[in-house]
Amino acid sequence: MPTFFEKKQLVTPGELLAEGDYLPGENTYVENGKVYASRIGLVDSDNKKVNVVALRAFYLPKMGDIVIGTILEVGFSGWTVDIKAPYNAMLRASDVLSRPFKPQNDELSAVLNAGDLIVAKIASYDRAHDPQLTVGEPGLGKITRGQILRVTPTKIPRIIGRKGSMISMIKQETNCQIILGLNGVILVTGKTIEEEEVAIEAIQKIEEESHTSGLTDRITQFLKEKKQPVKMEETQQ
Amino acid sequence: MNDKTDKLIDKKGIRGDGRKADELRSLKLQVGVLSNADGSAYIEHGKNKILAAAFGPREMHPKHLSQPDRMVLRCRYHMAPFSVPERKSPAPSRREVELSKVIKESLEPALFLELYPRTGVDVFVEVLQADGGTRCASITAAALAIADAGVPMRDLVVACAAGKIDDTIVLDLYDVEDKLGSADVPVAYMPNLNAVTLLQMDGVLSSSELEKAVNMAMDGCKNIYAMQKEALKTKYMVVKETEE
Repeated sequence: MPTFFEKKQLVTPGELLAEGDYLPGENTYVENGKVYASRIGLVDSDNKKVNVVALRAFYLPKMGDIVIGTILEVGFSGWTVDIKAPYNAMLRASDVLSRPFKPQNDELSAVLNAGDLIVAKIASYDRAHDPQLTVGEPGLGKITRGQILRVTPTKIPRIIGRKGSMISMIKQETNCQIILGLNGVILVTGKTIEEEEVAIEAIQKIEEESHTSGLTDRITQFLKEKKQPVKMEETQQ
Repeated sequence: MNDKTDKLIDKKGIRGDGRKADELRSLKLQVGVLSNADGSAYIEHGKNKILAAAFGPREMHPKHLSQPDRMVLRCRYHMAPFSVPERKSPAPSRREVELSKVIKESLEPALFLELYPRTGVDVFVEVLQADGGTRCASITAAALAIADAGVPMRDLVVACAAGKIDDTIVLDLYDVEDKLGSADVPVAYMPNLNAVTLLQMDGVLSSSELEKAVNMAMDGCKNIYAMQKEALKTKYMVVKETEE
């Protein structure tokens, strides 16, 4: 039962990874008992399971995911939302208004208009139906302030870090609130624009260097350095 | 006709552009050249210069073209007005419509169409300079663009042509050989799965000659595949180097 890769080797679609008693993990497939890669990425095996960590991928909706989307269109009984996925999501008016929705009384564009950004949760999704969103939980709803940035969706786990270590560290050091949409859209809200900029830079740094080891330490270092000059300027004034 | 066009291949087996019978033209491949596309690739195959861009999977427009059970792959092969010596009208010609279909059908077996129903992937192939064998170079570049867009693939698709000039079977015909030669056999191939996704024949060949041409083209494909893989990896090599 041989494998044909070294750990963390860069592979392209179609490359033969393993033969025989192996299971296909993420971004791989089996044909005639052989495991092949289906995306460009770095291979890794976990017991008998062969995984490829994709370097290029798109977001596929999953039930329960928190995402950040843009309102595309205001419809008769809800909104169409762009969640940077192959499918547009639907948000129903009754879900937002939290009371029975009457088309005669309620002007939907007054609640959410085209171009508005929202934090939402995927309420349902399957291959036959477009994803359905909900905002009926604390922390979800229209975004009123902060800055938005986009990263490759596959990098989100790295930004979260082991048990959320990375993201909580950035939050703490920059005094920013950060909401990570699993679709690769990130919302950063801080007290000042400078603090937001530092958090954004840190996240971009993680995205660029996501495959290096000792990244947490370097990000800590980076945030410390960024903090110093800001404080010096304050004392000078 | 002058002496040059009389003989496409001389007694020593050297062709009009100085190549041997089984020699490929020089190749250059680059991935990720366009920032507005989800994935892109550029190929220089001899004097051919071709750009390919891929978008998606995304919602289909117009919506009625989407399929409830699978993803739709759309391809547009287009030649720039300045790609040939005589100005080519930018409107899609009969030949371009056909090549769009041929490219689409040779790429489809490599995609997991059933995984993303109701969506569409668009591939745009723009020929900037043509010198024979553009359909093959287009397929090679388009496969790279799709892989670069992050669309899951069974395998990369490579294409290469073989043909017959002056009773000799040769690899990778260029414009003059294509026009004056007696046959042209383009082959698209998935090297890891050992599957042919496109086989065309233009001209007259005996069955043994066809077999020889197909085998020669497949060997050419394997050589191009090595370069194709390398080009795709080069874009992401930076990531790997910093990791070591």
